[in-house]
Amino acid sequence: MYLGRVIGTCVATVKYPGLEGYRLLVVEPLHEDGTVSGEPHIAVDVTQAGPGEHVFLVGSREAALACEPTFVPVDAAIVGIVDAVSTEAR
Amino acid sequence: MRLARVRGNVVSTIKHPTYEGRTLLLCQPVTPTGEPRGEQVVAVDHVQAGVGDLVLVLTEGNGVRQILGANAGPIRSVIVGVVDEVTGS
Repeated sequence: MYLGRVIGTCVATVKYPGLEGYRLLVVEPLHEDGTVSGEPHIAVDVTQAGPGEHVFLVGSREAALACEPTFVPVDAAIVGIVDAVSTEAR
Repeated sequence: MRLARVRGNVVSTIKHPTYEGRTLLLCQPVTPTGEPRGEQVVAVDHVQAGVGDLVLVLTEGNGVRQILGANAGPIRSVIVGVVDEVTGS
């Protein structure tokens, strides 16, 4: 899993069966300090996140497991909205 | 598995039900000598690790399901060990 920020939305009218009803968002991966760590990409959202929000995502086959039914062709899913990253030691 | 240094706790209220009750830690993969190398990963903690610890991070779905059960859901990274020492080059 990795940190990211939602930077936009994506609308696709024609899509593979099973993907109907899922929100598609544009996200960019982030480091802990908020700097961008990778290329923007499209992810399915199951948390009702919105543009500007910090989120965490799961990639690869496990992204499909966030969806119902789970045999859907996705490779990135937003599975949580990040409130904070606390870096204080115990 | 990757060697990684725990950098922080990820706090999240709204999340997929699979993540309820699980601790999420932000980990920076490191080389055996401790140099940061590669992209940071958010991992579910399975060994009571904490910020600053050197840990083993499993980032492969089948192994994760072995640990968390067949219904692990959308989890791909789990911390499976706290490293005491790395020797060699």
